[in-house]
Amino acid sequence: MTPTRPLLELSGITKRFGDLVANDAVSLSVASGEVVAMLGENGAGKSTLMKIVYGLVRPDGGTITMDGRPLDISSPRDAMAAGIGMVTQEFSLVETMTVTENVALSSVGLGRVDVRAARQRVVDAMDRVGVQIEPERLISTLSIGERQRVEIVKALFHECRVLILDEPTAVLTPQDVRALFETVQRLRRTGLGVLFVSHKLREVAEISDRVVVLRRGSLVGERATAEVTTHELASLMMGGTAPEEDVASAVGLPVAEVPEEAPVAPREGAGTAERRPVLILTDVTLERPGRPALDHLTFEVRPGEIVGLAGISGNGQTELMNVLGGVELPTSGRVEVDGAAVTRLDVRGRLDAGLGRLTEDRRGSVVPQLSVEHNLVLEDLPSFTRRGMLDKAAIRAHAEEVIRRFDIRATPTDPVSSLSGGNMQKVLLARALSRRPKVLVAAQPTRGLDVGAYRYVHEQLHELRDTGAGVLVISEDLDELRSLCDRILVLFRGAITGGLPVAEATSERLGAMMTGESVEV
Amino acid sequence: MSINVLALLSAMLTIATPLVWAGIGELIVEKTGVLNLGIEGTMYLGAFIGFLVALRSGSPWLGLIAAIGGGVVAGLLMGLLTVTLGLNQHVSGLGVTLLLIAACEFAFRLLYTGARPTLEDKFQVLLPDVPVLDQHWLTYVAFLVLAPAAWWVLRATGMGYRLQAVGENFEAADVAGISVTATRYVALMVGGALMAIGGAFLTLAVLGNFTLDIINGRGWVCIALVIFAKWRVWPVVLGALIFAGTDALQLQLAITKTFSDIPRELMLALPYLAVIAALAVWGRKVHYPASYLQAYRRG
Repeated sequence: MTPTRPLLELSGITKRFGDLVANDAVSLSVASGEVVAMLGENGAGKSTLMKIVYGLVRPDGGTITMDGRPLDISSPRDAMAAGIGMVTQEFSLVETMTVTENVALSSVGLGRVDVRAARQRVVDAMDRVGVQIEPERLISTLSIGERQRVEIVKALFHECRVLILDEPTAVLTPQDVRALFETVQRLRRTGLGVLFVSHKLREVAEISDRVVVLRRGSLVGERATAEVTTHELASLMMGGTAPEEDVASAVGLPVAEVPEEAPVAPREGAGTAERRPVLILTDVTLERPGRPALDHLTFEVRPGEIVGLAGISGNGQTELMNVLGGVELPTSGRVEVDGAAVTRLDVRGRLDAGLGRLTEDRRGSVVPQLSVEHNLVLEDLPSFTRRGMLDKAAIRAHAEEVIRRFDIRATPTDPVSSLSGGNMQKVLLARALSRRPKVLVAAQPTRGLDVGAYRYVHEQLHELRDTGAGVLVISEDLDELRSLCDRILVLFRGAITGGLPVAEATSERLGAMMTGESVEV
Repeated sequence: MSINVLALLSAMLTIATPLVWAGIGELIVEKTGVLNLGIEGTMYLGAFIGFLVALRSGSPWLGLIAAIGGGVVAGLLMGLLTVTLGLNQHVSGLGVTLLLIAACEFAFRLLYTGARPTLEDKFQVLLPDVPVLDQHWLTYVAFLVLAPAAWWVLRATGMGYRLQAVGENFEAADVAGISVTATRYVALMVGGALMAIGGAFLTLAVLGNFTLDIINGRGWVCIALVIFAKWRVWPVVLGALIFAGTDALQLQLAITKTFSDIPRELMLALPYLAVIAALAVWGRKVHYPASYLQAYRRG
């Protein structure tokens, strides 16, 4: 692979949102037949930069050139005309339309569409990319992996010379990731330049020729992939001073020294079978039109263990959280917390029974306008009430103690809306843990958090387990589950397709279960 | 009791005609994810301007063209409020309806103080008749040209793809290089023109004069029809025929002896009750356009 002269060049791209500098004079280039990876943590400015290249955001400064000719990109149409294609992080497909209609959408005029000719062109494009999907299928019937393949075909439908993939693996199963990488390699051989945006080191090391690292909006390094270690990239990503274990956890563990097939061994005595489970679900079913969202779901969490629930989003995770939290009643089945049936109890009853929750929607779990101290006591107002009035002194004292213990960077009177995602999650964690739950249910507990907060949340969950509580973690991030849990269950179409002790939970086996292949425990 | 079936059918088609025009107009707008509650006011404007210009110029054709122009302007106003400014669609639509009705009433009272214009003779039959089932030509156009054309455009043309893409996923439309703003404006202007034609049909073709309660909730009926039809053309036409059939039937029944004891108000309410019943049965669990009621902002 010998990269030729640059095809797409960005120089000095700058974008500010108020005081926040999202991109600070970023320059980079992509050559024909080259895969350039752009690496950076959440919030480093990767997506903003890609949106600028694709005409969805206007930069404050800088130039973009193609073949040395300057471009003025003010809309996706301009970008497409210049030969730039993009697969956005949130897919841009119209679910009520067919594959053909979606792919042809950007090239139809106003008049009659020759469906037969369009279908033939789409099939030809799919053949070139090596994708096989029935062109008449509705997008809503496709899996996530299939939708992404449609997106790639769509991006390449035009005369596309540079393809941008923005966090393409975030929602894919390991098998789909493999297929994607094969597609990228195939496209690279045809001379396409690829810009691959990711925060996962392992993928970047595998797929790219060259890596550029973005941190806090600035380009902090550029290396040939073959000549760089993953540790060096990780420390670039985080600012050089990060300790080793931070570096490892930042990238979801598997950095060079931690081989993928050797996840953390479970602690001895974790989840011993003799002790009574703290959470038991028996045949929990939640009917929805079509097929049930939860289908005879049965599993248990024992004290002193962290159980991971893996699965592609949309397979019942949200509904399970609702049923566990008491927001929605199951159609049938039984939920027990610490030996007591809570199936018909409301939210308050469940909290009193010893259930703690950390929901996926962080902002939906706080009252943003209320202060930190008030949000901290929202789930336990009776304990902070005297003669029907709120006990302000007790609330303040509680808040100060919690802020110290959980290292929340805020004062008790700050409105929660002013907190960063990490600090907000600490407030929610503190609120749940200060009631000493018998079992904590956490959905996507670290999504969008920076390294420090990510590690902190994991530490707290481990600590909670070590005190004898049970923890259920629902996450789409297999690397996170493998580093955090003792045992991993897989949710598929509202039912458990299998469970594995973490030592046996390879991404291949989990991936198979996530797409419905049953694996015996 | 005897019912004249031919007269019933004829009345049904006439009553359904403005609903077909305005209902398809609303359908086109809503396909892009915009709820145009300005429909009632837009029909009113069409009825008033069509009448006024036809009256002053002596040409019903000029009246019709003026009504179309008024509908386009009403659509532009909705676009300014909901697309450009991104305001709440419910409030904007109700505001446009209130504004247009009030403005037309005000102008009508200013122009014709005291005696209302009695122009029935002059405008009774303004436009050439086609002698099948004794219907007005605008009725034939509604059923035989407009409905098939709208069906075909939405189904088989790039314009139809664009409307649907904007209504279902405006980010996807934008990424595909389709202007959400332009698509919604075009839909609002075309839809506004069709609504105004529906209104003008009442003054120019049916009544030959203008009354202050000329539209009388027909715009709201169209809103319900579009939901009932789940945003498909032919069910809108069918819904309009059901409403019109009920209305025509109650008109006939009201003059028979058997039903003369039933309060007239109840008989008049029948078609509206039919719409509510139809919505209660078929209007539940419908898939609304995914970008319904939302303004689009990039980034």
